[in-house]
Amino acid sequence: MSKKADFVKFDKVDKSYDGKVLVVKDLNLDIEEGEFVTMLGPSGSGKTTCLMMLAGFETPTNGEIFLDNNPISNIPPHKRGIGMVFQNYALFPHMTVFENLAFPLKVRKMSQEDIEKKVDKALSMVSLGGFANRMPGQLSGGQQQRVAVARALVFDPAVVLMDEPLGALDKNLRESMQYEIKHIHESIGVTVVYVTHDQGEALTMSNRIAVFNDGKVQQLSSPDKLYEEPVNSFVAEFIGENNTFGGEVSEISNGTCKVKLEKGEIIANPISVKSVGEKTTVSIRPERALINPKDKMDNNQKGKIEEVIYHGDHTRVRLNLLGNSEFILKVPNSSQNLDIKLGNEINIGWNSHDARALDPK
Amino acid sequence: MSSETGKILTTDGIPLEESLKQAEKKNKIKALLLVAPLLLFLIITYMIPIGDMFSRSIDDKMVTNMLPKTYKAMENWDGKELPPEEVFEAFYLDYKILVKNKTAGKLQTQLNYEKNGFKSVLKKLARKQKKFEEGNYKEQIMKVHKRWRNVEYWRAIKRRAPSYTYSKYLKGIDMYSNEDGKIVQVSEDRRIHRILWIRTVEVAFFVTLFCFLMAYPIAHLLATLPMKYSNLLMICVLLPFWTSLLVRTASWMILLQQQGIVNDFFVWTGLVADDNRPEMMYNKTGTYVAMTQILLPFMVLPLYSVMKTISPSLMRAGKSLGATPAVAFFKVYFPLTIPGIGAGCLLVFILAIGYYITPALVGGASGTLISNQIAYHMKSTLDWSFASAMGLMLLTGVLAIYWIYNKLVGVDNIKLG
Repeated sequence: MSKKADFVKFDKVDKSYDGKVLVVKDLNLDIEEGEFVTMLGPSGSGKTTCLMMLAGFETPTNGEIFLDNNPISNIPPHKRGIGMVFQNYALFPHMTVFENLAFPLKVRKMSQEDIEKKVDKALSMVSLGGFANRMPGQLSGGQQQRVAVARALVFDPAVVLMDEPLGALDKNLRESMQYEIKHIHESIGVTVVYVTHDQGEALTMSNRIAVFNDGKVQQLSSPDKLYEEPVNSFVAEFIGENNTFGGEVSEISNGTCKVKLEKGEIIANPISVKSVGEKTTVSIRPERALINPKDKMDNNQKGKIEEVIYHGDHTRVRLNLLGNSEFILKVPNSSQNLDIKLGNEINIGWNSHDARALDPK
Repeated sequence: MSSETGKILTTDGIPLEESLKQAEKKNKIKALLLVAPLLLFLIITYMIPIGDMFSRSIDDKMVTNMLPKTYKAMENWDGKELPPEEVFEAFYLDYKILVKNKTAGKLQTQLNYEKNGFKSVLKKLARKQKKFEEGNYKEQIMKVHKRWRNVEYWRAIKRRAPSYTYSKYLKGIDMYSNEDGKIVQVSEDRRIHRILWIRTVEVAFFVTLFCFLMAYPIAHLLATLPMKYSNLLMICVLLPFWTSLLVRTASWMILLQQQGIVNDFFVWTGLVADDNRPEMMYNKTGTYVAMTQILLPFMVLPLYSVMKTISPSLMRAGKSLGATPAVAFFKVYFPLTIPGIGAGCLLVFILAIGYYITPALVGGASGTLISNQIAYHMKSTLDWSFASAMGLMLLTGVLAIYWIYNKLVGVDNIKLG
C-alpha cells in the first residue's frame, strides 16, 4: 500500500473569528499518511485553530481541508472519523475507563464482544490492563492521559489529533509519555497531528514539524533540519538556543557573504539575503562556536567571559563578543582545557556555513 | 524519659493528650460561641414552633380538664350499658361549674364534634340543671332529654377522656374513628382533604416538570454564552426574584384574567372568539402558570451552577468519537447535569408543595392547595390543632420525599452551587 503524500491537505485555508483579524493566513499544508506532524508555535499563533478546523469544531473562513482527497469542511465532526486527545483529557467523568473506551465503539453499533476485545487491546497498548473498572477520577494525571490516548485510538481512526496532551503533566512524566506516544505511533502507523508549544516535545516525537507564527507556517521540515537549518530568524529563535547579530550585508559571493556589524564584521552563509546593503540577522547555534579552535575556521573573534554557569553535563558561558553581551557558548564538561574564568578573554571561532544570515528581526 | 507512664509529655511535663485537649478546648468554645446566635435563633424560631405545633396537633386536654370528676367516675364504667349514678352525679357537678363560669359553650362544641346533636342536649341541660334537687341525678338528667338515655352519648364523652388524640391526623386524610373505635372513612360527600392532597402533589409535580423543561435550556445558554451576554441573561432570570411575590402574582392576574392582556391577544389573533374567552384564572391553569414563573429561578440556579463546571471539551470529545450531537448530549452532557436536576427539582417540588399565596390569589376553587386549607383552619375555623396536624403531615411528606430522593439518587449528589 503506497502512502499518500497528501493524506491530510490544508488548501489555502484562512480563518477569522471576528472578521477583522486573520488567525490563520493562507495555510497550505500536506500531511503524509502515517506521519507524525507537530504544529509548534507560541500561543496565539493559530496552531490550535488549525487543529480545531481539522477536527470539525471550527469552519475555515476560506479554503478547504481535504482528508484522503475528500473535502471535509461540510462534514460534521462526528462523521469525520478523526480521533482527538484533548488538553485536559476530556474523559467522561461519569463513566468507567471501560465505558469511556467503549463509547466510540458503541455509537458505531459494534457487538459487545468486539467492543470488549478492542477495549482490552487498547488498554494493554497503553499498559493500563487492570484499570478498566476504575473511574477517571481515581486515576493519576498520567494514567488519565493514557486513557485519553487509548480512547482516541480505539476506533481505528485514520487521523489522531492531539491538542497539547501533555501540558498538565510534570516534567518526568511528560518525557516518558512522549516516548510512549511515539512508540504507539510507530507500532500502529496512524497519522498523528500534534499541537504543542513545547519545542523539546516536538523535536522528540515528530517526523516533521510545522512551526507556526502569526497565523502562518514559518517552516515545515524534519526536526534536525529545523534545528540545523532554520529558514528565518523566527524559527532560529524559537527552536533551540541561538546567538544573533544584527547587521548589513556588505559583500556577497558564491555561498558566503560578509555582514558588517556595529563593531566588526563576520562571514556568514546567505540564506535569505540576496544583495548587498540588505539588513540581516545572523544566527549561530551556541554549540557551533568553539573556544580556541584547533582547525582553521573562517570566523575568529575574541570575546570576554561575563558569566559562567555550571549545568552538570555542560557549562554555559556568556560572552561579550562583537558588541553582543548575550553571546552564549555551551562547553562540554569533558573538555579538559580551558581557562574559562570570569573576565578572561578567549578566542572564539566558527565556520561561515554555520552562521546563517536570515531576515532581519 | 516517660517510660514510667508510657505517656508522651510536653516539655512542661504535662501529658501531651491533656495539653492538646486544653489547647483545643479554647478553640472549641470559641467556635461554639460563634455559632451560638444562629443555634439559638434556629432553636427559638424553628425547633420550638415545630414542637409546639406537634403538641397542639395531638393535644386533647380541653375536654379532659373541663370534666375532671366525670372522667374519674367513668374509669370503672365498661361502656356497654348506661353509666351508674356516680357518673351522672360527677357530670352534673362538672357541668354546673362550667355553666357558672360561662365556659359550657366550649364543651358543647367539642362534644358536638364527637356526636352530632350533642349541643342542643347540653344546652337544654344547662337551662334545666338549675332546678335540680340533690340526689338521684341519673333520673333527673335522663328526664331532661331522652338522648341522655342513649348510651352512645355517654360513650362519646368517654372517647374524649385521653388527653392526647390522633383524630386530627385522621381527619386530615378524611378518616375518623367511629363509635366502636374503628378507623373508617368519612362519607363520600365530605372527603375534601384527600382531593386537596392529591391536587397539591399533582400541581407540585407538574410545576416542577414545567420548571425543569424551561430552565434546562436557559441554564445551558447561561453556562455557554460569553460573560457579556450571560450576565444580562442572569439578571433577567433573577429580576423576578427581586420583585415582590405579591406583585408578581397580581401581575399574572392582570395578564390572565378573562378581559386580560393574554385573552385580548388571543381574540385579536382570532385564536378564540370574543364571547368565548378561555378562563385561565381562578383555576389550575392560573396556578400552574404563576407558580412555574415564580419558582423558575430555583431551578435555573442549581442547573446553571452544575453546567458551568462541565467542560465544553467533553461534548467535543463525544462528537469527535463519533457520537451525533443528540447522542453526545444524552450520553455525556445530560448525565453530568443530574446533580443539578436533582437539586433543582427537589427545591422546586418542596417549595411548590407548601405554596400558599399564589394558589390563594389565582387558584380559585379548583386551584387551591393543602396550604390554603391549613390557612383556612388557622384564620376562619380557628381549629388550630387541625391546622397544626395538617402542617405536620405536609412536613412529614416533604421529609419523606427527601428520604426517597436520598435513597434513589443520593443527597450527596445534589449540587446547589
